[in-house]
Amino acid sequence: MKTLEELRAIREKMEGILQVRLADSENATSTDNCRYHVLVCGGTGCTSSDSQAIIDNLEAELKEQGIEKEVAIVKTGCHGLCAVGPIVVVYPGGTFYTRVTPEDAKEIVDEHLKNGNRVERLVYTETNEGTEAIKKAYRETTFYKKQHRIALRNCGVINPEKIEEYIGTRGYEALGKVLTTMSPDEVIQTILDSGLRGRGGAGFPTGLKWKFASGNRGNVQKFVCCNADEGDPGAFMDRSVLEGDPHVVFEAMAIAGYAIGSNQGYIYVRAEYPIAVERLQIALKQAREYGLLGKDIFGTGFDFDIDLRLGAGAFVCGEETALMTSIEGNRGEPRPRPPFPAVKGLFGQPTILNNVETWANIPQIILNGPEWFASMGTEKSKGTKVFALGGKINHTGLVEIPMGTPLRTVIEEIGGGIPNGKKFKAAQTGGPSGGCIPAEHFDIPIDYDNLISIGSMMGSGGLIVMDEDNCMVDIAKFFLQFTVDESCGKCTPCRVGTKRMLEILDKITAGKGTMQDLDELEELAYYIKDNALCGLGQTAPNPVLSTLRYFKDEYIAHIEEKRCPAGVCKALTSFYIDAEKCKGCTLCARNCPVDAIEGSVKVPHVIDKEKCIKCGTCMDNCKFGAISKR
Amino acid sequence: MKKSGVPFNGTKEQEKQLLDVIEELRDTPGCLMPIMQKAQEIYDYLPYEVQKIISDELGVPMEKVYGVATFYAQFNLNPKGTYKISVCLGTACYVKGSGPILEELEKQLGIHDGECTNDGLFSLDTCRCVGACGLAPVLLVNDDVYGRVTVEQVAEILNKYR
Amino acid sequence: MGNVTLKINNVEVSAPEGSTILEAARLAHIEIPTLCFLKEINEIGACRMCVVEVKGARTLVTACVYPVSEGMEVFTNTPKVISSRKKTLELLLSVHNRDCLACVRSGNCELQQLCKDLGVEDSGRYDGEKPETKIDDSAAHMVRDNSKCILCRRCVAACEKTQGIGVIGANNRGFKTYIGSAFDLPLADTSCVSCGQCIAVCPTGAIYEKDFTDQVLEVISDPEKYVVVQTAPAVRAALAEEFGAPIGTNAEGKMAAALRRIGFDKVFDTNFAADLTIMEEAHEFLDRVQNGGKLPLITSCSPGWVKFCEHYYPDMTENLSSCKSPQQMFGAITKSYFAEKMRIPKDKIVVVSVMPCTAKKFEIGREDQAGAGLADVDIALTTRELARLIKKVGIKYNELPNEEFDNPLGEYTGAGVIFGATGGVMEAALRTAVETLTGEELKELNFTDVRGTEGIKEATYHVADMDVKVAVASGLGNARTLLDKVKNGEAEYHFIEIMGCPGGCVNGGGQPQVPGYVRNTVDVRKLRASVLYDLDEHATIRKSHENPEIKKLYDEYLGKPGSEKAHHLLHTTYVKRVVNQDLED
Ligand SMILES: Cc1cc2nc3c(=O)[nH]c(=O)nc-3n(C[C@H](O)[C@H](O)[C@H](O)COP(=O)(O)O)c2cc1C
Ligand code: SF4
Ligand code: SF4
Ligand code: SF4
Ligand code: SF4
Ligand code: SF4
Ligand code: SF4
Ligand code: SF4
Ligand code: SF4
Ligand code: FES
Ligand code: FES
Ligand code: FES
Repeated sequence: MKTLEELRAIREKMEGILQVRLADSENATSTDNCRYHVLVCGGTGCTSSDSQAIIDNLEAELKEQGIEKEVAIVKTGCHGLCAVGPIVVVYPGGTFYTRVTPEDAKEIVDEHLKNGNRVERLVYTETNEGTEAIKKAYRETTFYKKQHRIALRNCGVINPEKIEEYIGTRGYEALGKVLTTMSPDEVIQTILDSGLRGRGGAGFPTGLKWKFASGNRGNVQKFVCCNADEGDPGAFMDRSVLEGDPHVVFEAMAIAGYAIGSNQGYIYVRAEYPIAVERLQIALKQAREYGLLGKDIFGTGFDFDIDLRLGAGAFVCGEETALMTSIEGNRGEPRPRPPFPAVKGLFGQPTILNNVETWANIPQIILNGPEWFASMGTEKSKGTKVFALGGKINHTGLVEIPMGTPLRTVIEEIGGGIPNGKKFKAAQTGGPSGGCIPAEHFDIPIDYDNLISIGSMMGSGGLIVMDEDNCMVDIAKFFLQFTVDESCGKCTPCRVGTKRMLEILDKITAGKGTMQDLDELEELAYYIKDNALCGLGQTAPNPVLSTLRYFKDEYIAHIEEKRCPAGVCKALTSFYIDAEKCKGCTLCARNCPVDAIEGSVKVPHVIDKEKCIKCGTCMDNCKFGAISKR
Repeated sequence: MKKSGVPFNGTKEQEKQLLDVIEELRDTPGCLMPIMQKAQEIYDYLPYEVQKIISDELGVPMEKVYGVATFYAQFNLNPKGTYKISVCLGTACYVKGSGPILEELEKQLGIHDGECTNDGLFSLDTCRCVGACGLAPVLLVNDDVYGRVTVEQVAEILNKYR
Repeated sequence: MGNVTLKINNVEVSAPEGSTILEAARLAHIEIPTLCFLKEINEIGACRMCVVEVKGARTLVTACVYPVSEGMEVFTNTPKVISSRKKTLELLLSVHNRDCLACVRSGNCELQQLCKDLGVEDSGRYDGEKPETKIDDSAAHMVRDNSKCILCRRCVAACEKTQGIGVIGANNRGFKTYIGSAFDLPLADTSCVSCGQCIAVCPTGAIYEKDFTDQVLEVISDPEKYVVVQTAPAVRAALAEEFGAPIGTNAEGKMAAALRRIGFDKVFDTNFAADLTIMEEAHEFLDRVQNGGKLPLITSCSPGWVKFCEHYYPDMTENLSSCKSPQQMFGAITKSYFAEKMRIPKDKIVVVSVMPCTAKKFEIGREDQAGAGLADVDIALTTRELARLIKKVGIKYNELPNEEFDNPLGEYTGAGVIFGATGGVMEAALRTAVETLTGEELKELNFTDVRGTEGIKEATYHVADMDVKVAVASGLGNARTLLDKVKNGEAEYHFIEIMGCPGGCVNGGGQPQVPGYVRNTVDVRKLRASVLYDLDEHATIRKSHENPEIKKLYDEYLGKPGSEKAHHLLHTTYVKRVVNQDLED
């Protein structure tokens, strides 16, 4: 492709086809003569619950019925609601099917695609706590309605393996605009004006980063990198973008290449994301074939190409200098800064690195203008943010919300509240680098600075909800165990210090802690924050500090009362049988793996605490709720 | 040095594949990791003999190759089982109880995290978030994903592969 | 580049742009403690000992790598800084085998010193799990004991960057990180060349040479044995440091006196053998030039370099001079010429050498190093071991008079003594070769082009109608660069001197360890080399072929350089080695 006209021609053709999927209207039509567009999720979650077989069955069935030309089957990226996957959406109308099995394919074809009747039993029913169950069209569900999708705008809408579909949603138009009508400095100014901050964790202004690397264009080799290492356990925003909309990353990187004067990009992607890697490879091939990457893009003389590099299972490689060290073929150990990557980065050359979600915002900012972007969000945090909701929440999944949305909205409305009527205890953001937001801050508008001010951080967007059954000391221990496992081992404070903190937590959860240990823990925590070489170590103590700040009473209960209030820490938990409730059915005794339960038929049973290994089997088995854990 | 542990069964074809990969990538900047990743695809793990080929061919000290191999969780120095079991210990799965599932697997297989059963059938590892948190707790057997796994299902899952 | 002005502890300092806080602080006479930092080769900011507060910075910063900037305000004296450094030490101690009383580095250990300076009170404060460690004593020359390792990686940098070898490095990650070789191969099975540069830079007792001082005392006390000691040129340039003298102090006289008091039967000088080496090597060179032999000729007196050549350039071993190293020549002559002259049965003679070098421990066990039918040298000590021996025996080194070496094998020339510095062998050889070729007396004996601590030096001399092109390299990383050029045909030489250690033997792996903060500020190699050039300058005889004892040796015993007898005693052969061994079944 050498001209913008060629691009426009493809877009115009595709727009007609795609319009049917962009609204939930029953009257929407498509210019491809298909009566229906059936979108089947091909994200990691749905693929692992067999969505490919759904596609295969749908196609076979359509063929059998001879209507394969009237229906388009579209394999999309992740829709965000993986918990209820596999997801199938039928347009026009946006009928939202969830938990579809391959066996359901026939019914969908027979009923819906042939006869125009929804398969009611498969239609998604909202499970918001306290509200009535209602069936709504895809975009009308509370899960989607409150979202504002910019980074995720194409996820679940287009087929990521077809570059034309991306072009049909104005893909590569921003690149064309930049190359033909803007100077590199104007591009940087636009990004600066938009107020976009990095979505990978630290929230550094993206435009500023580009500006630092923009000097001496054309005279030095520079690199543009994409951080697709997404290591935060429990987060998958970047994965979804890569799986659902890979071209947006290429387009954005090429724009940055033009802005700073670089012709080579690298995407460092987690090897644990095979689907994302495959889609990137397919997309890369297509983009090169279309001349949207490579030499002389749009005939403007601008060259830009991209190389994929796979991570190999080291969380620390998400840290920018470690990522570059890793691309260079070394142990992914961070380097001291300065020199900053903008001055001396990959292979010693000026380099910019941005997160996948950050990249996904760029083309939209170029197309819609910085003011458009800056009009969303809060004073210092513009635009939207994608979060991966997880833990004790009804709608586990991926949501994109305007900055400044209150936590309560995210959890109670979009997230559908906490299951089983349990009480919200805290939300954890920022993963192993972050902290907890306790109930007292439930109404906090989520943005970079607010989260920092309460001792947490935005991080890359993991948002794990915890209820009364979660032990906060255990959670702190979990995150610390993670950082201890993932520490690169280069610097002393992190290599040895975090291990010592973990040992103290182990001691506390084993009921052997002392109040002095808490002081020691805190002292070590602040020391590590101040002294560690890289962000991993510097933030590793955060989960501990934040739980100490908001849930000190739980720590104290572990230490002084030798009790785990949530009943999680095994050493501190015991199982009891309530003699009043026990019917003497013997079920528990028969299932106890260590024969710790004594009692005869119809006589209340008793647990021998010496023998009990606290496996919890008895409690799960008792039909009379006679067994409890304290 | 004397050989130790599992005997190396690399074939000439595998060696040729590896040499081809090295030839193709040797001029790419930072080619060591991509070569090691390909080598692991070819051999399934990176024993001495394989690292020696990489070291000799690239003129990179073998210690450097080994240092990289032992840094990243993805590289294996020992062969894995026919069925590689991987329990997700990511946040979502952990919160939903993947810890007990790991314990159950260890109990049933008689091996610990990172080990392989004597008959070479199963190896057990843990991982962090496979991106299927909605299905938490999750475990993988090779490419099969099992979601919403309960301790009771463990035996059943294992039996599928026995 | 201009200067920037900053404040350190509220004192204004002006420092060159691009300097680090560490350097700027030094200008203000403030020493910031360091552990992992080695200028140019290990600027990794890993240990966090050197942290300081910088106004406006989010965290503490590491002075060793953090550049200064205009108006910067640095504090090295705040309670936060001091307590942080202390905590770093305490954490290191929690994974450290704190056996100072039985540690070879006690007294000059950088870790121990810092603990003392910072006032660590409870060395077990953070005790907890310790990573498992093993001791590797497989190599002939040294022992690695990771229980004393603080993971500063100075050894790794020395081995990989300075020496271009990289047989040790960081393995595993996180708390389990340790320094080791690939697949934990015993060092003896790797391509380690025994140079000991890793020992020289290690701040702790985690790497040390194998100690043979007790064996020496044993043979000395054995009335059946006649124990002869030889000391290499570079030893005298550094030994005094072990007794508190500044770097660059000449120890020759006191050393001879100490050796005598330890109880050696004869106190000889390897310098004598250095002169002998020149005789043989210059002859070999002229022979190769005149008879179309393999060129360039490359010196072979550095066993670290020789082993490197065998592993990494096996096809160039023919370029190596067949001359044994001075240490070995000395042993061969002692057990033949000297034994016969003194009428001592050669098997009663024990030759002990004192060397700046750990590779010499390997060399004495090499194949084809038994000129007189017995091992040329029996025990090779390092300079550090000699110092230890002196202390062990209780000799008051600093009170010793200056004494002379014994005759006949203690006589040496200025040419022999400069062997200990890079370029020295070349210069000594040129003095003899040029005079032999031209038959005229040299007017200028100082070949300054090949002097100095630069890694690679080149020169062309016009001698008897021929342009003799020479090159000198020290440090094996530099040797690699030079040899690759030769191999690729980018450069052509007639004669090359290569020394395994950067700067030559004065900076050998067996020399007194100089703490990082000194290494980073003074050029140890240059200071020590100056001792040797001084001795040369003041020597009455400065050319090997004019050494009267050498002349006598040829007249009475060997005949001519390159004679059959000389060949038998003084020349050797090489083996081809590989970088990575095959596994045996
Ligand atoms: C230990 C550690 C892990 C990180 N992991 C990631 C990651 O997985 N993905 C990511 O985009 N950024 C990660 N970051 C942040 C990056 O270092 C870097 O700030 C970011 O990629 C820059 O892009 P942005 O400005 O677009 O956010 C991590 C940082 C640290 C310290
Ligand atoms: S803080 Fe941790 S991860 Fe970062 S460099 Fe230090 S040891 Fe490595
Ligand atoms: S918790 Fe487990 S071990 Fe304890 S009594 Fe119940 S079933 Fe038995
Ligand atoms: S299962 Fe429940 S009711 Fe039955 S014996 Fe046990 S405690 Fe009693
Ligand atoms: S290395 Fe240093 S601190 Fe450690 S035992 Fe030896 S002397 Fe003591
Ligand atoms: S310092 Fe004290 S404890 Fe240590 S050796 Fe001397 S006398 Fe003994
Ligand atoms: S002795 Fe030399 S070659 Fe051997 S490990 Fe030490 S530095 Fe490397
Ligand atoms: S062995 Fe010595 S030099 Fe090497 S890392 Fe350990 S302490 Fe540092
Ligand atoms: S340069 Fe000197 S000290 Fe170093 S290995 Fe060679 S002979 Fe030994
Ligand atoms: S993978 Fe299908 S909704 Fe996420
Ligand atoms: S945490 Fe297990 S799949 Fe994400
Ligand atoms: S970090 Fe500066 S000396 Fe180690």
